Amino acid sequence: MDTIFTRGPSLNIRLALALAMSVMLIVLDFKLDAFSTTRVLLNSLVSPVQYLANLPGQLLNASAQRLTSQQALIEENEQLTNRLLLQNEKLQRFEALEQENTELRRLLDAPVRQNMRKMVAELMAVDNTPYSQQIVINKGAIDGVYLGQSILDERGIVGQVMEVGTTNSRVLLISDVTHSIPVRSIRNNSRFIASGSGAIDELYLTHVAHSADIREGDVLVSSGLGDVFPEGYPVAEVIQVVRDESRPFAQVTIAPSARLNRLKYLLLLWPQTSPQPDEQEEEVADD
Amino acid sequence: MIKVRHYTIAITLLIAMVFQIIPVPVQVDLYRPDWVLIVLSYWVMALPHRANVGVAFTSGLALDILLGTAMGVHSFALSISIYVLAANYQRLRNYSVWQQAVIIGVVSALYHSLLFWLLRLLTDVTFRFEELWPVLTSMALWPWIFWLLRKVRRQLRIT
Repeated sequence: MDTIFTRGPSLNIRLALALAMSVMLIVLDFKLDAFSTTRVLLNSLVSPVQYLANLPGQLLNASAQRLTSQQALIEENEQLTNRLLLQNEKLQRFEALEQENTELRRLLDAPVRQNMRKMVAELMAVDNTPYSQQIVINKGAIDGVYLGQSILDERGIVGQVMEVGTTNSRVLLISDVTHSIPVRSIRNNSRFIASGSGAIDELYLTHVAHSADIREGDVLVSSGLGDVFPEGYPVAEVIQVVRDESRPFAQVTIAPSARLNRLKYLLLLWPQTSPQPDEQEEEVADD
Repeated sequence: MIKVRHYTIAITLLIAMVFQIIPVPVQVDLYRPDWVLIVLSYWVMALPHRANVGVAFTSGLALDILLGTAMGVHSFALSISIYVLAANYQRLRNYSVWQQAVIIGVVSALYHSLLFWLLRLLTDVTFRFEELWPVLTSMALWPWIFWLLRKVRRQLRIT
């Protein structure tokens, strides 16, 4: 056993090499975006590790499902039936309203809103680098997922696809520090930009004038500007407005509507403007 | 058997990566130790001619892909942290496991600071003290990993 570094270059040279290559890669990736195409391949390469890491959770889930008692199942069934009934009632009203809305829009010559293709995806991994908020979902290029696609949960917008792999893709959450989303207040249609703060349960509005009409409890929905997110989905609710005149803008803290810290099933949307996949499989799409 | 012996370091690193990305509740996530760093530290101290800066660089790249950071961020931080250990491995080996644990804590703190500085350059992240919890959990984990990997190394006679 030779413990002295007799083979190969010395340690210092190795370090210099590694650091030089790292810096080169960072510049290539971040400044020049050279990896956008190879990332798909790289992601597919490491996806076995992701599946492996996901296995214990799935096993636990499966065994928990097997071990639920009949009593619990009956209770859950009852609850779900009740909820379905309530929601169906809402849906009936909604359908009438939708029709009315379509007619009104037609009268106004405004473009009629179309239904879009949807697909349910499942959460595979949550990314734990403290400075970035990302998740991995189990749908990828073969399901027609595209870059910048909007992801929702049952309460609101979760984020957008930032990297597409073959069978899975990476989603940037709206709470990430590098993410911003154009929003609109439901109460008075004023528009804002909601930026992530890095904390999972908090976003903030940037550049809000002190005189802006915004107050606690206002619900913010996506405005559809920027052509990334479809219009009209809930994004967040205002929880605090601080109008400190010594600062150039009002400090508005908002809480995301989607439960970002307990995601499980997610919804992928294909708005009309999205790049269409080659073959239209309409399995989960509604009419 | 000869196969397993050859790939032990790679396999342990792979397992460490699985632990690094395994999904856990948010509350526990904060305390996740730096698995890859600890396992690499052991191999660098035990067999510095088999694993050093090169292996650290490669594992760092794998971490970058797995965690979705810009390519090169983790490899940069990991290379420097492992270099510190590799340059002093003869001294570190003579320390007791508890003293080594303290060293691992210091290296882990260095690793996290490097990560933060690099990410600070790229995006405007802000520093939060909760992000230093892994330093403590890594220290607590070290004696166990040390004991386990030494057992593996002796059992398989990896040199």
